[in-house]
Amino acid sequence: MLKQSWWKILSIIFLAVPFTAGFLIDVPEPAGVPLQHTIRNLFFHVPMWFGMMVLLLISVIYAIVYLNNPNEKYDVYSTAYAQTGVIFGVLGIITGAIWANYQWGQPWSGDAKQNGAAIAILIYLAYFVLKNSVTDDKKGRLGAVYNIFAFCMLFPTLWIMPRLVESLHPGGQGSQGNPALNPKDNTPTMRLIFWIAVFGWTLLATWITTLKIRLTLLQNRIFNN
Amino acid sequence: MLKKFNSFLFFLLAFSNVLIAQTEKAAIDVMRSNGKIYVVMAVCLTILVGLITYLVLLDRKINKLEKEVKP
Repeated sequence: MLKQSWWKILSIIFLAVPFTAGFLIDVPEPAGVPLQHTIRNLFFHVPMWFGMMVLLLISVIYAIVYLNNPNEKYDVYSTAYAQTGVIFGVLGIITGAIWANYQWGQPWSGDAKQNGAAIAILIYLAYFVLKNSVTDDKKGRLGAVYNIFAFCMLFPTLWIMPRLVESLHPGGQGSQGNPALNPKDNTPTMRLIFWIAVFGWTLLATWITTLKIRLTLLQNRIFNN
Repeated sequence: MLKKFNSFLFFLLAFSNVLIAQTEKAAIDVMRSNGKIYVVMAVCLTILVGLITYLVLLDRKINKLEKEVKP
């Protein structure tokens, strides 16, 4: 599966859509709404988060599998998916700060979702610090257990807390609805391109992760020989 | 000839202020009809193509390494 090409080619085809249609299609420009064409960031900034969530979910699944069956392979998988997940999270925060700078007036507004995302990333960074600070025989178990905790912390930081307070993110009036997407900002075409973008970016992230996994397994094999 | 050119240059300099202001104000509205969005698209596509090329080369290199180590 890791070496097959079909899903990698699919990721390129999927990604070609937001990179072309994403710039060329019409977007709603209601009078008085300052969003205008920056809504096109929907195809780039938001898929970073969806991608991160999928990658971190895969990471925690492999962590649990590792705890049940301590094969070194699963630890490598779990770590690699967490790495790419955190990279996507960092890219999401940076692109969000760029967008916020021009949309909300400053790159960091202390918005609930911004703070939550930063905390979530820091928790995962601690996961890597932990893994690197422990000797080999305990590393896998300790890392896997912490991975589960870090994943559970995504829920309050990203999805629960931001919905309990006022948020600058769209749809964030008090505790109503979804503080990240506002249906009035989108058209059905945009939503289609958005989902294609999510799939494309996630598949690309998986491709990058599988390359990292294969390289790590190779290095381990050479090191052990 | 030179006198005509000089007066044209003077005209351009004198009114360049107004001309530039007009362009800037209208910039946001004509972003797409000026074709500028295509520039952004081209930049992003270049980045994407570059990244994909890098990944493909990396994939091939790892394939080769795996074949060497496996037997």
